[in-house]
Amino acid sequence: MSTTSEEAKQERRSSSKLLQSLDIDTRLLGMLGLLVVIWILFHILSGGTFLTPRNLWNLSVQTASVAVMATGMVLVIVTRNIDLSVGAIVGVVGMLIAIAQTGWLADWLGLGHPAIWILAVALALVAGTFVGWIQGLIIAYVGVPSFIVTLGGLLVWRGIAWWFNGGQTVAPLDPTFQLLGGGSRGSIGAGWSWFIAALAVIGISFSLVNSRRQRRRFGFKLRPLWADTAIGAVGTAVVLGGVFFLNRYYLPVSVAMEVAEEKGLEWPPEGLEISRGIAIPVLILIGVTLLMGFIATRRRFGRYVFALGGNPDAAELGGINTKRTLVKVFALMGLLAGVSAVIGTARLNAGVTSLGTLQELYVIAAAVIGGTSLAGGVGTIPGAVLGALVMQSLQSGMVLLGVDAPLQDIVVGVVLVAAVAVDSYYRRRAET
Amino acid sequence: MSDERGTPLVEMNHMNVSFGGVHAVEDVSVDLYPGEVVAIVGGNGAGKTTLIRCLSGAHPGESGEIKINGQAVAITNPIEAMGFGVETIYQTLALADNIDAPSNMFLGRELMTRWGTLDDKAMEQATREVMGRLNPRFLNFRVPVKSLSGGQRQSVAIARAVHFNAKILIMDEPTAALGPAETEQVRELIRQLKAEGIGIFLISHDIHDVFDMADRISVMAQGKLVGTVIKDEVTKDDVLTMIIAGRMPGEVDGDLDLH
Ligand SMILES: Nc1ncnc2c1ncn2[C@@H]1O[C@H](COP(=O)(O)OP(=O)(O)O)[C@@H](O)[C@H]1O
Ligand SMILES: [Mg+2]
Repeated sequence: MSTTSEEAKQERRSSSKLLQSLDIDTRLLGMLGLLVVIWILFHILSGGTFLTPRNLWNLSVQTASVAVMATGMVLVIVTRNIDLSVGAIVGVVGMLIAIAQTGWLADWLGLGHPAIWILAVALALVAGTFVGWIQGLIIAYVGVPSFIVTLGGLLVWRGIAWWFNGGQTVAPLDPTFQLLGGGSRGSIGAGWSWFIAALAVIGISFSLVNSRRQRRRFGFKLRPLWADTAIGAVGTAVVLGGVFFLNRYYLPVSVAMEVAEEKGLEWPPEGLEISRGIAIPVLILIGVTLLMGFIATRRRFGRYVFALGGNPDAAELGGINTKRTLVKVFALMGLLAGVSAVIGTARLNAGVTSLGTLQELYVIAAAVIGGTSLAGGVGTIPGAVLGALVMQSLQSGMVLLGVDAPLQDIVVGVVLVAAVAVDSYYRRRAET
Repeated sequence: MSDERGTPLVEMNHMNVSFGGVHAVEDVSVDLYPGEVVAIVGGNGAGKTTLIRCLSGAHPGESGEIKINGQAVAITNPIEAMGFGVETIYQTLALADNIDAPSNMFLGRELMTRWGTLDDKAMEQATREVMGRLNPRFLNFRVPVKSLSGGQRQSVAIARAVHFNAKILIMDEPTAALGPAETEQVRELIRQLKAEGIGIFLISHDIHDVFDMADRISVMAQGKLVGTVIKDEVTKDDVLTMIIAGRMPGEVDGDLDLH
């Protein structure tokens, strides 16, 4: 036992002690830092075109589909499994609901019926869940490894997606349904965006206050007041700043004219700036993230998922029905793929056989960049969403800089490996 | 066993378990009274773990009868075993390494708030209470148990049994992974639990452990019960002979099978 390494360890302890005493997720903090660096770098390199309302709005919409699924992939990977079929599920479910709303739903209810989009969404959620459930049953009860089941699933579902309409594109879709993909009218506008921001700020304050109250009630150590205040302030600033930015991206003139006419507004000669605000798919992503975060950390099911990933035998001996838990994890993953299928199809305003192709890889990469360990047992929902945002930022940034597509892939690939390398280095260091 | 002690807490009669062709447990009968420590000893692979896993619900026996307080019961999974007051500390330390001590202590039996969410604060509070009694030096309540020492991890497993008011405690090699000070701690704990009237099956390799703690000793060899002896009536050498030669002390060489 050498003294120098002992001392180095001591030093490391004291430097991380502050963060530890603040009870802050250092990995998440690191990811946020990485994101800020990437954004500023692209902003400078692109001559000031990255951090613009237009680009950030697009970035948020492009992130939604992958990020929604990444929240589910975290749980799948935490249980030491993988789901390679999610992109294909998006494809088959997207095709199914496109055909439904242009075909039999329209025949049954009449084209443009207001219930069509609701039924299409419900169908997507049910179909996605069903597909995930079937795969989960085979994995948990038949005992075929998830890698194989979902690899097979990838081929099967993609094949069925093609078979549904002979590979033909199905378009156009229901106008209300289209809004779910973002698009020119698929945002909630300035007023509602500020309303959401206000809710978020109240939510942040409430959770900080509530956590302090709970800890005091049980007589546990409190985080210093300044730290809680700082967290609240930064959170509030991010929310308000974000909405401010998104509200500064305006509808194109033609769409703005349409809106003005609908609302009976006079079209002023200097034109009218109508804010887009938060896009609907982004709103869906926010909802999914909150819900999945809640399930993962506050519900029994989430606790079992992590216990199962940490030590399957311990979970079993603790009386947890590990097989049923596993089936639920895959069904949930399928459900989220259904949500992504809605977003993707609505955004394209078409059902295409190739929707979601290769998305499984981005979804897995997002979860892993976001700190999910392939060894199982470790991962967070916000981390995965941030991971998706990091990857999408890299891609959009490179598009903005005019980087060739092959080089974009190379960069994303290198970043994925580097992120995991850095992560496992810190993990190892933390364990000694 | 003697009738004046009343009904045994646990009786396991003619238990059989086999894996493929291997008879891991063959026609073994043991029993346990309240406030008693029965040691189960035997070489590696003698079938000790397999035998008690029938009682903890980890896997059902193929045949045989389990009685608790004189009532024949069917134990097919860990939850049912817990329902009968059977708590088990497994040889392999059945903890989920990636979650903290309170989450492990309550794994499968979480405290919930009235909104159906996990009540982590209450679970931490309860864990602190039990630990205050068992191991006051235990302070790391909010880190994954992976980063704890063997002794601390063992105290989490024991705290689990204590908190849920075990009537019957099974300890499978509880001190195998521990240092001397930690071992002494666990021994002290066993005495404490015994004094509270809990019946304990103590599986151990360590003959000193056994002679220190046990009231009776059941010896197993190659899946069979060699015999059960009262500690005060035998010597360590007698027990070692039983373990190694697979026969009762004083018995002549030969047949392993007692029937
Ligand atoms: N799950 C299992 N599958 C197959 N064989 C097993 C299993 N568990 C135990 N065995 C076998 O049963 C026998 C008894 O094992 P065990 O009960 O672990 O012994 P002990 O705890 O006394 O060391 C050994 O031969 C072992 O190899
Ligand atoms: Mg054993």
